[in-house]
Amino acid sequence: MADAPQRARGEAQYTADVLLPGMLHAALLRSPHAYARVKKIDVRRALEAPGVHAAVGPEDVEALTDEPGFFGAPVAAIAANTVEQARAALELIDVEWEPLEPLLDPDEAVRRGQLTDEPRRNERGDFERALADADVVVEGEYRTQVVLHNPLETHQSVCRWEGDTLEIYTSTQYIWGIRSRVAKQLGVEPDNVRVVCNYMGGGFGAKNDPGEYTYVAAELARRTGRPVKCALTRREENLAAGNRNATIQRLTVGARSDGTITALGGEFVNAVGWDGWIAPTDGPMQTLYHCENVRTVTYGAKINTAPMKAFRAPGYVEGTFGLECLLDELAARLDVDPLELRRKNYAHSSNERPYSSKNLMECYRRAEPHWERRHELRTRSDSTWKYGAGLASQIWYGGGGPPSYAWTRVGSDGRITVITAMQDIGTGTRTAMAQIAAEELGVPLDRVRVELGDSARGPFASISAGSSTTPSMGPAVRAAAADAKRQIIEIAAQRHHLEERVLDISDGNVVSADGNLSSPLEEIVGLLENAQILGKGARGPNPTGMQVLTFGVQVAEVAVDVETGEVRVLRVAAIHDVGRVINPLGASSQVEGGIIQGIGHTLSEQRLLDPATGTVLTQSLDAYRLPTIADVPEIVCELIDKPDEHLTNLGSKGLGEPPIVPIAAAIANAIRDATGADIHSLPITREEMLRALEAAKQKQRGAPAAV
Amino acid sequence: MNGHRYAVDVPVGTSLAAVLRDELGLTGTKVACNEGHCGACTVQVDGVPRLSCITLVHTVEGEVTTIEGLRDHPLVESFVRADATQCGFCTPGQIVSAAALVAVSPAPTRDEIRHGMAGNLCRCGTYPKIEEAILHWRD
Repeated sequence: MADAPQRARGEAQYTADVLLPGMLHAALLRSPHAYARVKKIDVRRALEAPGVHAAVGPEDVEALTDEPGFFGAPVAAIAANTVEQARAALELIDVEWEPLEPLLDPDEAVRRGQLTDEPRRNERGDFERALADADVVVEGEYRTQVVLHNPLETHQSVCRWEGDTLEIYTSTQYIWGIRSRVAKQLGVEPDNVRVVCNYMGGGFGAKNDPGEYTYVAAELARRTGRPVKCALTRREENLAAGNRNATIQRLTVGARSDGTITALGGEFVNAVGWDGWIAPTDGPMQTLYHCENVRTVTYGAKINTAPMKAFRAPGYVEGTFGLECLLDELAARLDVDPLELRRKNYAHSSNERPYSSKNLMECYRRAEPHWERRHELRTRSDSTWKYGAGLASQIWYGGGGPPSYAWTRVGSDGRITVITAMQDIGTGTRTAMAQIAAEELGVPLDRVRVELGDSARGPFASISAGSSTTPSMGPAVRAAAADAKRQIIEIAAQRHHLEERVLDISDGNVVSADGNLSSPLEEIVGLLENAQILGKGARGPNPTGMQVLTFGVQVAEVAVDVETGEVRVLRVAAIHDVGRVINPLGASSQVEGGIIQGIGHTLSEQRLLDPATGTVLTQSLDAYRLPTIADVPEIVCELIDKPDEHLTNLGSKGLGEPPIVPIAAAIANAIRDATGADIHSLPITREEMLRALEAAKQKQRGAPAAV
Repeated sequence: MNGHRYAVDVPVGTSLAAVLRDELGLTGTKVACNEGHCGACTVQVDGVPRLSCITLVHTVEGEVTTIEGLRDHPLVESFVRADATQCGFCTPGQIVSAAALVAVSPAPTRDEIRHGMAGNLCRCGTYPKIEEAILHWRD
């Protein structure tokens, strides 16, 4: 990776490392109640505490509230010389709370009509009739838990006013979104907001918006005339920095006895929290398979928990768990091979709209050798440890879109700089953009440098979310490189009295088709002395009338200790179709990272609440259990790597999210294969595993005796 | 520290991590949880990994080595080669821990790596690449 040495050597400057002269530190007072009213708030004693410079409350900053709707909602903030002084002063803020009765049960919220939005209904065909006509009907209720992003760099910003211009150093996935949101909120011109993010320590969807920490830092900086840093602590990160919302999914599938799926139905309850949006938990059911009769309804339950935020394929991770487990239960009922069942119900278009490209069948074909391993695997089972394999399909977005812009600058030394005001969230953006520019310009990779991370030093670039960085930005970079190349060739043609069409750039040399000319790039552009070649490029539109989606399949192998409920994931084979792959090494890292994060989601991670009060019990990385290096299975990554011929000048889709989508279902299905137990709830803790094993035993006892 | 002597004047109760980052400007050592759970702040004291965020500076006796003192260690290059950094926030701590591991066990097995590195969390999930980087650190 182009910037890996800086990161590895500890030289990369993150927002956490920004230290401006005279900088103050802010701390936030958060609600100790899941639901309450602030009847009175008095900061006078806090203002007199050592080192304190200013305080703000709900009347000063809109992101602070006097009616906190969740445990940890931000209410007030203090700026002091040190963060310790700011935190100590929080204790001196006098608040009179009026605790209110929290509502924590999402089903109850739906019953009461306490919703964040109108229920979202999607229906095609005649679900009821198809269900009545089905040979086999399988129903199931699936539950997924709240999981937390927990990027290692917590949410934070440093704000400094220079006259009427606000500088924001922030850990973000969307420089330009921060710029426009903050400008609008504060009523200043967008050009008077400069947003800088050179390096950021992880986001996973939680850092798309400014957040209270940015608004608080901006206001405290305005009041004190000093730069102010507001950095969340790890515990605040676990309370109020976003989450993947819990879901309850009541699913139905109807099929003919040959395995053709004829009806799919789902009622989805998203436990959105106090605020947030309805993630498409119904998306996989609507789009993954060919089915003419589909009916879904998705509710956004407004409850007294922290607002959800996007988290790596929001909705699809949860919805794929439910749907793909349901499909394996159908396969078991019909006694058909799970892989065959998926092939049989392959979707060749999406609601009559063609795909820009789809190679899922090829993914299935390449999954076969991994899937075949299950026969040998099962023979390893003994009375304690049971072995098995499971698979699940993946569908998700990842096509990116316009607008995004890039510039290229070619100096007289023949070196190239790519300039764009985008951010890198740790996915190897600098490397991928440098590769694209180097290939288009015909120069070695080490001639290209990528400058990004500053809204004042480059053109607009899109958000790093929705697996869109490479497919949104890459085409603009390629176009900017092509623009510079065209100009270089024009100069070379004039200088050497040749036609432009016979010239090209290869390995850093301007060459003619007949081989008579081979002139180093720096000799051609060196003629310009101080003049520079400036190329510009823009991201074009996505293909009209087509669905741009990513696809894949994963096969998981597990071992389950039926005495203790321990689940070990032994091996995961991941086969994904994301169009053209730019950086195979970086791509494999994204696949591994998604799978490992997904294993946490499947087996160990869970934000726990006190069910009576709504207090968050898992506030530290000791209580909230992230995967460690010891939890990692063997991971085999295969990418189809076929350019999408309809998609941009690059043919690449994104890969950040697809690998996390199918892993929970693949593991749950492997557990069923190993033990016969149906998994309906995440995470699969030992307690949950033992419960599922017991339920399977009961089911077997209740079933009619085999003839 | 890192072969040099520094004089610092800080209140009793100040952590080693705070001294490194705020007093000496050595921000290569990252603080991600500030309560000893994640390993991002790992430094070495006389070659032994220590969580600098929960180490009081006045209790430290011995030579402190931070990532700034390990910039020429072959592990840095092997981490880069293996793509063992994604966001990179945990990476300095990973390398400091790994350097202590290979100093004791120059040819660690995969199991030794997993045991020795289990205290360094990486939310991006670069673990397979970290394992490769340490396995092949001398190549």
